[in-house]
Amino acid sequence: MSEGGFFYQAFVYLAAAVVAVPIAKRLGLGSVLGYLIAGIAIGPFGLDFVGEKGQDIMHFAEFGVVMMLFLVGLELEPSLVWRMRSPILGLGGLQVVLTAAAIALCGVGLGLAWPSAMAVGLILALSSTAIVLQTLSEKGLMPTRAGQSAFSVLLFQDVAVIPILAILPLLAVGGSGHSAESHGATTWVEGMPGWAQTMAVLVAVGAVVLAGRFLVAPVFRIIGRTRLRELFTAAALLLVIGIALLMSRVGLSPALGTFLAGVVLANSEYRHELETDIQPFKGLLLGLFFIAVGASVDFGLIVAAPGLIAGLVATLVAVKLIVLLALGRLFKLSLDQNLLFGFALAQGGEFAFVLFSFATQNGVLADSVVAPLVAVVAVSMAIAPLLMLVNEKLIQPRFGTRETDEREADEIREENPVIVAGFGRFGHILGRLLLANGVGTTVLDVDSDQVDLLRKLGLKVFYGDASRVDLLRAAGADNAKVLVVAVDAKEKALEIVRTAQEHFPHLRILCRAYGRPHAYDLLEAGVEHVYRETLDTSLRVGVDALCMLGYRRHQALRAARKFRRHDEDAVRELAGMWKDRKAYVIRAREIIQSVERMIRSEVEQGRHPELDAAWDATGLIDEYGERRD
Amino acid sequence: MKPKVLILFAHPALEKSRVNRRLAEAVRSLPGVTFHDLYELYPDFDIDVPREQELLEEHDIVVLQHPFYWYSTPALIKEWQDLVLEHGWAYGHDGAALRGKTLLSSLTAGGSEEAYCRRGHNRYTIRELLAPIEQTAILCGMTYLPPFVVYGTHSLDERAIERHAADYGRVVEALRDETLDLAAATRQTHLNANLDAVIGNPPEA
Repeated sequence: MSEGGFFYQAFVYLAAAVVAVPIAKRLGLGSVLGYLIAGIAIGPFGLDFVGEKGQDIMHFAEFGVVMMLFLVGLELEPSLVWRMRSPILGLGGLQVVLTAAAIALCGVGLGLAWPSAMAVGLILALSSTAIVLQTLSEKGLMPTRAGQSAFSVLLFQDVAVIPILAILPLLAVGGSGHSAESHGATTWVEGMPGWAQTMAVLVAVGAVVLAGRFLVAPVFRIIGRTRLRELFTAAALLLVIGIALLMSRVGLSPALGTFLAGVVLANSEYRHELETDIQPFKGLLLGLFFIAVGASVDFGLIVAAPGLIAGLVATLVAVKLIVLLALGRLFKLSLDQNLLFGFALAQGGEFAFVLFSFATQNGVLADSVVAPLVAVVAVSMAIAPLLMLVNEKLIQPRFGTRETDEREADEIREENPVIVAGFGRFGHILGRLLLANGVGTTVLDVDSDQVDLLRKLGLKVFYGDASRVDLLRAAGADNAKVLVVAVDAKEKALEIVRTAQEHFPHLRILCRAYGRPHAYDLLEAGVEHVYRETLDTSLRVGVDALCMLGYRRHQALRAARKFRRHDEDAVRELAGMWKDRKAYVIRAREIIQSVERMIRSEVEQGRHPELDAAWDATGLIDEYGERRD
Repeated sequence: MKPKVLILFAHPALEKSRVNRRLAEAVRSLPGVTFHDLYELYPDFDIDVPREQELLEEHDIVVLQHPFYWYSTPALIKEWQDLVLEHGWAYGHDGAALRGKTLLSSLTAGGSEEAYCRRGHNRYTIRELLAPIEQTAILCGMTYLPPFVVYGTHSLDERAIERHAADYGRVVEALRDETLDLAAATRQTHLNANLDAVIGNPPEA
């Protein structure tokens, strides 16, 4: 059945995802498991729609992992990474070393030679960054201590891939390995002396850091000026692909390189925009990757030796779990967090596929050893989300500590209570008021020059269109309390309001209105707090004019307030009639006349019952007169 | 029907308050009590007179709760008096809206009780200094109770503040439940001088 053709392939993969993932989510299994099931379904041992193409797709889809690490980097400020250095090196380092040693011992026990056992140990010590991060963030567990610890370990593992690539050839049984060659890609540094290779790596990393610091912002500003959405997406993709390419050329892991670039750009004004642009690609590619993993599970081998595979999977999971739980205790995780941490990381990782094929090429491992192990890794990855589910539903409720870990709160990323959309003439005034009062405010604007200027003035402003859900989410709308819509484009303001109402109903919306009709539209849309942008200033001018005509300032101010109250009431009343022009005109005329009547009678009689009797002695004087009579 | 209590609360800097905030918390959500935060409602002194008059008409007991500033109320309460207590409504020939209601001042003062007497450096008692409020109540036909006063707020410790807040809550509840002995109360200099002497059991139904 497996025909060629790009459209056919795309159709099969997308259809599998669209069918399987919602069902899996509905059953509470999470999207990763859904993708894996979809992969098994369309794989050679299911409906066989994709044939052997699975492997090629996997290679391509691994780029989803690269993008994911870029996004993870974007979320991490450099200072945060620096603060996490002890869990990364301590927890991550110990995990890799201890797990590798334990698995190597098992290998020797099963009759492998020492070097081969060590190679297997190193390769299987790695966990699946893609599955773990995706599952944890889907469950909202990333900010917990367990999530952070798991992330530290995964980060260390990603870095450890490079030395493992270097060590593997040394473990070759016959000693006849090729020289370091990563991922099958041709590198520039091949054949260079060691010091030159190191230099090349340092230069490449330096280039990424410097470009992130000084080149990205100006280039994106120029792109922003074109106001073409798709150009931005293209530039974001170009950035990630470029870095990945550069990194693999100097023999570094592309995932590590893009992670680094992400961290460098974490403080940039284009952070949210980048996140939003890359997110859908990452999601799709990662999904594709999981499908490919599902499709590549070799059921033939499993069926041939079910006991062996099951035993090996159980051993792998058990060994990893024991080491992880012991380390969790050592690093003082509470029982709850430790269980989560252990079960999250107890599987083989996607790098194992790469490393196994590398090890076979180098003559470190025999094909007969690698074939079942690849199946073991695939199965362990496939059951990883299930294991986390078992922990969540069966183990934690029984053995977990129910008290909440108070330290968790510290780990949650700081989120601002206020988001201001639009930081021009209008937004910057209220924004500065908030900032001057020490209120954390996230600012979004679509004018790249304005963003640049404000950044130079020391304000933390992000480039981006606030009418996009993903961008609002990236700006912290899930945890913010207040959204100020201060953009000058009328339609855009309504769009932002609708997006916020639909996706973040908890947000209190304050909206700038251009004029009356715009205010009507906003009130109609259900915005409670609508501010006509010229109302207050105009009334202040009116007060000053009254004063120049001889009114006492206090009275003029009170008159303006009264006028304002009437006007605001009128706008609210008329908002409902705006659509029906006839009724609107009739009522509007009535209101204008009644306000005029009120003011005129005040002038004629000196006083009117509708106005208050403040500081008015007329009644008192009358009464004294009566008494004297 | 039980009488309803309206607390007119005026504090221009509540975020800095130690004692008044605690007193407010003690009564804020009592059933049958309306807590009306004037500085929060009228930050620019733009008092909604019809609304205030309506509120007064709906309640039987009015409490003015505020810190004691320059021997008097914060400015907004004076503004409130000027605007809300209109001639022909609150007083005068046809002004009977408040007749028969009760007024209580509840205040916190930085000085000690000894400072507020003939020989003290404030030379007058708080009851004397509150004469304008008392006379306002009388002119409007209201019963005026001796004030609830917390003295020496700057040196109160946590336990003392707690005790005063509990006392205040007790007074407001007693007013609402009609368990306050008005005759005994009027003989005291402050309502909270000896609470056990003025608060009794609920009247027989």
